[in-house]
Amino acid sequence: METAWSKLQDLSPIDLGVIATNWPLFAKGLINTLLLVSLPLLLAAAIAIPLAVIRAQKLRVLNPIVFGYTYVFRGTPLLVQLYLLYYGAAQFELIRHSFLWPVLRGAWGCAFLSITLCSAAYLTEILRGAIEGVPKGEVEAAKALGLSGVRLFWLIVFPSAWRRSLPPLSNEVIFTLHGSVVASTITIIDILGAGRMLNNKYYLAAEGLLTAAVLYLALTFVITAVFRQLERKYLSHLKPARS
Amino acid sequence: MADTGDYLPFVLKGVYVTIALSVCSLLLATALGLIGAWAKSSKFSAVRSAAETYTTLVRGVPDLVLMLLLYYGGQAVVNRIGDATGLWVRLQLDPFTVAVAAIGVIFGSYMTETFRGAYLSIPRGQSEGGKALGMNGWILFKLVIWPQLMRNAMPSFTNNWLSLMKTTALASVMGLEDIVNKANAAGRATHQPFTFIFIVLIIYLGLTIASDVGLRFLARRLRVAETV
Repeated sequence: METAWSKLQDLSPIDLGVIATNWPLFAKGLINTLLLVSLPLLLAAAIAIPLAVIRAQKLRVLNPIVFGYTYVFRGTPLLVQLYLLYYGAAQFELIRHSFLWPVLRGAWGCAFLSITLCSAAYLTEILRGAIEGVPKGEVEAAKALGLSGVRLFWLIVFPSAWRRSLPPLSNEVIFTLHGSVVASTITIIDILGAGRMLNNKYYLAAEGLLTAAVLYLALTFVITAVFRQLERKYLSHLKPARS
Repeated sequence: MADTGDYLPFVLKGVYVTIALSVCSLLLATALGLIGAWAKSSKFSAVRSAAETYTTLVRGVPDLVLMLLLYYGGQAVVNRIGDATGLWVRLQLDPFTVAVAAIGVIFGSYMTETFRGAYLSIPRGQSEGGKALGMNGWILFKLVIWPQLMRNAMPSFTNNWLSLMKTTALASVMGLEDIVNKANAAGRATHQPFTFIFIVLIIYLGLTIASDVGLRFLARRLRVAETV
């Protein structure tokens, strides 16, 4: 075992030892990345459901406002949105004295907020598409059975819509994971932050960033595999029949 | 304290860098996408799996990680090659070239799927019909396949361009003097970070809207053939 490891180290063009001894740094980065992805996504989903209903129902006054929100947040880079909060908010006396300041003062608050707002914009449009894609027959059948309003939505439309949005949702979760790296630009030690820290500490070119790349790749594969299972479970009724 | 207006030309100079970066990356990405799509429908399984590996790996790693890896790792590789061959002593990679390479490679993988999907949605009868008329190879591609490929690829191509443009903002992290980088500098100098970063946000939004409108117009023009 000992000799196999040292042989591997001799063969490798990169310094494996320095990566192995710094595993706690990457563990910390991994936990922070998971926090930066999971919490904002849950919050974003909660925001996106009502907004998607507004968009799909084309509610007067509200629909253009929500469309404006999703267009701006999907049409500009997440990095710029984050910088606007992190560097920009302090410019205003008003914000520095408001209840928002404890959130906007630190890197974590800004990262959470901007990732949440950006993901919510994308999720809104995904869910809107899915709601509009629910077959008319399902809605008409439910109406014929006497369902309407909130009950019609929660019992019929939403369960059908979120299943249909699983494939784009899988992409969106991966995009959020990949987007979360912007947190490393404002001092947060996520996976990329850990990689850059390792490089700076030992004056290395590739080791830290390669480790980060491998970890992100592994997380992407896990997300893909999880969604494949979810799709198998929840979308099997939409698969073409086996001949 | 310096005035906001004094720094505006300084920041706007960054717009040129951002647009140049976007356009150069798009050209590289389109070329890689066409090659990738061709490779994925190749007869040889080695070529197919090479293309498959390329798209899977690139799409699994965040843009910024790949960009920084190419910047710092690429510099190390360039230095090592220089040492080994003696061709150059200190060849410094500049952030613009690295950013074009990184963004081109990343979006090349998305373009691969775009063009592959577009190619697959051309009915087989089209190329069979072309062959029956005596066309083959290049002529068949130029007259029958290519026009339909472009038309089918337009919606996905538009999406790729829109996200490519936003990705260029990340190049500021490795020190490229694009609008984001310049706005940060101006914001620090004037103590008005919000003003300058907000200008950047508006510029990106403007670029998105302009591309959205322009490409939708182009898509309508290209769709003319279908309505016959």
